Amino acid sequence: MDNPILDIRDLSKTYKSGTVALAGVDLQIRKGEIFALLGPNGAGKTTLIGAVCGLLRPTGGTIEAFGLDVAKHWRQVRRRIGLVPQELAFDMFGRVDHSVEFSRGMFGCPPNAARIEEVLRSLSLWDKREAKIRELSGGMKRRVMIAKALSHDPELLFLDEPTAGVDVELRRDMWRQIGALRDAGTTIILTTHYIEEAQEMADRVGVINRGKLLLVDDKASIMAQLGRTEARITLETPLAALPETLAAYPVTLEDGGRTLRYRGGDGTGKGKREIAELVRALVLGNIAFSEIDTHDSTLEDIFVDLLEGRDGVPA
Amino acid sequence: MNFLSLNLRGALAIFTNELARFFRTVFGSILSPVLTTSLYFIVFGAAIGSQMDPSQFGGVSYGAFIVPGLLMLTLLSESTSNASFGIYMPRFTGAIYELLSAPVGVAETLIGFVGAAACKSLIIAAIILLTALLFVDYSIAHPVYAVGYIVLVAAAFSLFGFILGVWADGFEKLSIIPMLVLTPLTFLGGTFYSIRMLDEPWQTVAQFNPVFYLINGLRWTFTGQADVPIALAFGMTLGFVVLCIAVIAVIFKTGWRLRG
Repeated sequence: MDNPILDIRDLSKTYKSGTVALAGVDLQIRKGEIFALLGPNGAGKTTLIGAVCGLLRPTGGTIEAFGLDVAKHWRQVRRRIGLVPQELAFDMFGRVDHSVEFSRGMFGCPPNAARIEEVLRSLSLWDKREAKIRELSGGMKRRVMIAKALSHDPELLFLDEPTAGVDVELRRDMWRQIGALRDAGTTIILTTHYIEEAQEMADRVGVINRGKLLLVDDKASIMAQLGRTEARITLETPLAALPETLAAYPVTLEDGGRTLRYRGGDGTGKGKREIAELVRALVLGNIAFSEIDTHDSTLEDIFVDLLEGRDGVPA
Repeated sequence: MNFLSLNLRGALAIFTNELARFFRTVFGSILSPVLTTSLYFIVFGAAIGSQMDPSQFGGVSYGAFIVPGLLMLTLLSESTSNASFGIYMPRFTGAIYELLSAPVGVAETLIGFVGAAACKSLIIAAIILLTALLFVDYSIAHPVYAVGYIVLVAAAFSLFGFILGVWADGFEKLSIIPMLVLTPLTFLGGTFYSIRMLDEPWQTVAQFNPVFYLINGLRWTFTGQADVPIALAFGMTLGFVVLCIAVIAVIFKTGWRLRG
């Protein structure tokens, strides 16, 4: 990848307890993309973000952001990075606008009331600007966290579980806001448990488990490589064996011969075409069926397969 | 480190944020130490002090004699608790992430947190000095030295408080050192008496108490006389400042208790 905005090489982090949180992670992030980092609890997602943002010290490896070594040029680099951590963490007794102004100052930016207003309005916080943070709902508090991170106009924004614990409506609202940030040129790296979130927003997806990146690719490419289409065809009369005419298709008999199960395709539509051909073959072969249930594998299915090492994908 | 590369806006943001926290609770922050110290002045300065022989205290009234000691008691406890609370709270709430991910280093952190803590304790010290005038007739022999020394002590113990706030992993530890170490050392360091009034070996033992030198340094600026050479008191306080800054620099370099 040419001129990545973030270039992580062989990054490792082992805690004093001996826990290996990151084990030789290589990751390059393109300017302007939304990158979703998926992984179960304890996979190393937050540690990876913490290492880039300066919250912890890596045991090994290098991190370059904007072409600068993060360890050596931390002042220049940090001014251009924003972080929304997983936990709601601020002075709960402070006012919303003061908290956002404080964050802007911390990153070395001069006071700018117009910019603060713009950020607060974009997150629907303007009406709450004089409210104490503790008086806000959980979703509004999370918006304040995002407003704080945006107050210094970062070029690279880390969102660690940005929609954890927020309701569906607010989650979709946040997706729109994250999309708007990307449109404005901000590069976004987000971790999430909601795979739907990655599927909805991300340009590229990385799957991490036990401190190792299992997969990094374009979302569409992942779906093409690992996507599957499944069909369950309920037969009216059980079959004792698979007919010759169906041998060319990736099908199996299940449920005592009462169900024909197709599992194939590549995420590009091939699966649906094959199912149509399969149905024609059943009709031509006078094999009666009463029900067809088709299902395209989602990123979630792929994610679970990856973690469980199924279908020959590495785990 | 290049001074020009310092994030002074960052330092100012921390400083003003810390002061804002102080002014949000200004009533409790000021009233409590002022009330406590006023009670000392009433009981020891006005009531008991009127029965004491000034010749035992270098010719000054007992009330005037205890002013520097009581001021030191307030300075030590307020500076330490303000600074320790200031850095401990973001650690406790998790808001420390913002400090760690921002372009602020040791210098900006110290200007912000320690500067604000020292500033708060100086405000309280000034109010206490004014309050003392209601109960005790005192004067300041060396006002310039007095101001300089008070600022130095406030800075020293704000630095110490910052270290305490980084070290503490619970509210209990935050209060242990001020309650169980600083307050006893201040009481035993000659706040209410001159060590010349003690018999041996206690007079010698008292000289191992570092707070004894602080109180006597301040007492010299108020009364012009003290139990120890003033240069020693100033030197020890400056040495303590340097030691605390060195410890804080190591904390930031290693990330101890701050970065994982």
